[in-house]
Amino acid sequence: MYKENIYLPYLMNIERVTEEAPFVKTFRLKFANEEEGKQFTYKTGQFGEWSVFGEGESTFCIASAPTREGYIECTFRQAGRVTSALASLGEGDQIGFRGPYGNVFPIEEWYGKSLLFIAGGIALPPMRSVIWNCLDLRDKFKDITILYGARAVKDLVYKQELEAWKNMPDVNLHLTVDPGGETPEWKGEVGFVPTILDKVAPASKDCIAIVCGPPIMIKFTFPVLEKLGFADNMVYTTLENRMKCGIGKCGRCNTGSVYICKDGPVFTREQLKGIPAEY
Amino acid sequence: MDDLRKKAKDLLESQAVNVIIGYGEGTSGAVRAIFPRKAEETDKLIYDDRCTQNLAVYLMKHEIKHMEKKGIVATIPAMRSILQVASEYQLKEDELVILGIGPDGKLVDIPGFKAMEDYLATQDFGIQEDDKAILRKIDAMSMEERWSFWKDELSPCFKCYACRAACPMCYCTRCFVEVNTPQWIPISANEIGNFEWHLLRAMHLAGRCINCGECGRACPLEIPIHLLTYKMTEDVQTDFGVTAGLKADMPSVLSTYKLEDKETFIR
Amino acid sequence: MDIERKLIKRASLGKLVEQLRAEGKVVLAPKKKKNVVFFEPINTIDEMSTDYIATTQSPKAAAFPKSDRILKFENGKEGIKFEGQPTSVYPETVVLGLRPCDATGFDSLTAIFNWDYKDQLYNDRLAKTTFIGISCASCDAYCFCTSVKGGPGNTHGTDILLTAVDGGDFLAEIVSEKGKKLAVSGQQYFEADSGADKEKFLANVPVKFDVDTLVPKAQNSFESPVWLEQSLRCIGCGACAYVCPTCACFDMQDETTGSKGQRVRCWDSCGFGLFTLHTSGHNPREVQSARWRQRVLHKFSYMPERLNVVGCIGCGRCSRACPVDMNLSEHLVNLAEA
Ligand code: SF4
Ligand code: SF4
Ligand code: SF4
Ligand code: SF4
Ligand code: FES
Repeated sequence: MYKENIYLPYLMNIERVTEEAPFVKTFRLKFANEEEGKQFTYKTGQFGEWSVFGEGESTFCIASAPTREGYIECTFRQAGRVTSALASLGEGDQIGFRGPYGNVFPIEEWYGKSLLFIAGGIALPPMRSVIWNCLDLRDKFKDITILYGARAVKDLVYKQELEAWKNMPDVNLHLTVDPGGETPEWKGEVGFVPTILDKVAPASKDCIAIVCGPPIMIKFTFPVLEKLGFADNMVYTTLENRMKCGIGKCGRCNTGSVYICKDGPVFTREQLKGIPAEY
Repeated sequence: MDDLRKKAKDLLESQAVNVIIGYGEGTSGAVRAIFPRKAEETDKLIYDDRCTQNLAVYLMKHEIKHMEKKGIVATIPAMRSILQVASEYQLKEDELVILGIGPDGKLVDIPGFKAMEDYLATQDFGIQEDDKAILRKIDAMSMEERWSFWKDELSPCFKCYACRAACPMCYCTRCFVEVNTPQWIPISANEIGNFEWHLLRAMHLAGRCINCGECGRACPLEIPIHLLTYKMTEDVQTDFGVTAGLKADMPSVLSTYKLEDKETFIR
Repeated sequence: MDIERKLIKRASLGKLVEQLRAEGKVVLAPKKKKNVVFFEPINTIDEMSTDYIATTQSPKAAAFPKSDRILKFENGKEGIKFEGQPTSVYPETVVLGLRPCDATGFDSLTAIFNWDYKDQLYNDRLAKTTFIGISCASCDAYCFCTSVKGGPGNTHGTDILLTAVDGGDFLAEIVSEKGKKLAVSGQQYFEADSGADKEKFLANVPVKFDVDTLVPKAQNSFESPVWLEQSLRCIGCGACAYVCPTCACFDMQDETTGSKGQRVRCWDSCGFGLFTLHTSGHNPREVQSARWRQRVLHKFSYMPERLNVVGCIGCGRCSRACPVDMNLSEHLVNLAEA
């Protein structure tokens, strides 16, 4: 049963491009081959290899929610060879996509609980998928709190959705920017994510915390969660290591014997404590 | 050898240095670099004809850089590498103690870069005779012959970059082969890509290669890759009268502008 | 399948090679250039070198070439067209003269390339390859196959294993169905077994450590100081990984000329400083000791744990190729005793 080239991407049409923040864009994509699109399924937390033919592949998560059918989305920051090439594309252009790869957020296990989403910077995309997924199943959960911070107001991504979440009566949204990143009109918080978390102090009882962000933010957020009473197995995060294949072969993404592309990218804090920190 | 061990021991005991970069016994009759950090480990230091590795490469290695004050057993090629990288602002003189080794294998006293310059000025060094002979043979070849000579030599290259890793002057944290915006050369080891890699590396070492031959020696496939940079050494010597690794404050040949340069394009 | 014993004369082996060539098969055999031995295509047996312990380059390229096309693409006016590499064009190949350890090395590659997702490029090449091994009559100080459960006359992984016996003829052990097929199509060259005692013609490879003790030790050694101590002299090249028959790490790259191009995968190594570098500039394996640890633990801890195979066959190639005398078996003994 190996008759298939596992490195062949799907061809995707770019349907819509959204400028999220400086150097950050979102693509809405449809399968060029409709049949492939119909058969394609994924779950929240999974990632893919996105490619520009001639430049290569780049790894990032699927930013849309599987509850929204008919398209997939990705959000990326223009940084290297491939993402720069991606950024130069527009509606009607085509890219390659391989996936979905990796494990998933175990949403079904969270039914009946409260959810606390904590994101920093460009790490909102993996979170956006799970947030929409949970919001689309709103009655399955108790309180939903979102805490999102970026360096400056202009760096906040998904501005429209932030607006939408703000207007939802059953969502507590806290936005913050790093000190110095505020504008005169800014009405949100000013301060680093861990500080604001400490201030907001959501109840940890029956609550799942999902944390995505730069390593430094995660490092300082975990102790605050611990203080608030979140047990290690109630705290989820995603890891990002350099990847090439996405499927456990190229040897690039492991931390100890754990392959982030296969065993991750979603881990609980409890799991992280059991593996070497090569990420 | 006793002199060497004693000096190394004194340096560690007096905490003048935190580590000695030297040679010790390896496996199957090979020698290898060793890094005594305690006085009693200096017994393991050796020096004999087998000790050909240019140890200066370790001065640029992350872990060793962070050991701050270090002593290094430096043969003439290593001394030249030290001056060369110092002239590229990569080394601090006061973090370095030189345990110089002369051509006779004896310890020489080299109290600083100035002393090293003076010492090297009294030494005779150049490209080894056998390598010179091949270079002359290549010079005498027609363009086609040269192309096929190098094609034959370079085709097995699998881009393991041992040549680069062994070279004290190849210290860039991001070598041009790893720069990808734009991508300068193909990553995979294909025929043209191999040429591009080696010719560009030779250009990067023009006026910087000090003829230690370490790149060629490191190559697991015995590709005489040092011949390319050696040829550059000869050309830089003939065209600009410059020899690398003789002064700690020598401007880089290829980035120096002079009115009397013989190439017209530069004026 | 029961192993069948036959005899093949040296001259007949030459004829067999000619027949294989006439059938259009590629025959890869050790060829010597200076002191370096590569597996390269041969037409006649005279081109083959017999003067080697282990070849410098392992035979892994038969199934995992240093650079291999994944797909071709064309950026045209009507959009992008791409096509996966057809594997039907891979040639039927016979690898002649690989060592018993080398044949075992494909176990590691197969385990990695078939971990959940089955790698067609690798599998199809391997399926088209027949291995005619030659047992080891001698070894050197770098060999340690017997420490990782191999041996100089092991048949595992070969399709036919030849052992040079009295008078320069070869005992031919037909190990697999593939081997049988080859032996049948060249049956005129195989004669009745002379009953030679194979063991008498094999090298004596000393056991340096006990792998069953080493693996659990390795699994608890992540924080050990040995990694820094061992790796101070390692200069972080890719020599060890590129000559290694079991290293499978690769990079994927697009190469274009004009509007056309190809996506290739090419060898890579965990020893390189930038191997794990994140785009942000953060590097989870910042120092060489972390990279050296990855090399050893991948083979002796992670692969046994995840893939149920030790990722080293004890061929010693890495240690022979290393420009700074990093000697793997010495370091393993060191770890086993730590
Ligand atoms: S050491 Fe040899 S094989 Fe490796 S990159 Fe250099 S020339 Fe090529
Ligand atoms: S690690 Fe070294 S000894 Fe082990 S299989 Fe690879 S090259 Fe051979
Ligand atoms: S040892 Fe390193 S290069 Fe070799 S397969 Fe393992 S991770 Fe890859
Ligand atoms: S062990 Fe040797 S061959 Fe391997 S990376 Fe280090 S220096 Fe290179
Ligand atoms: S990305 Fe290739 S092994 Fe994980």
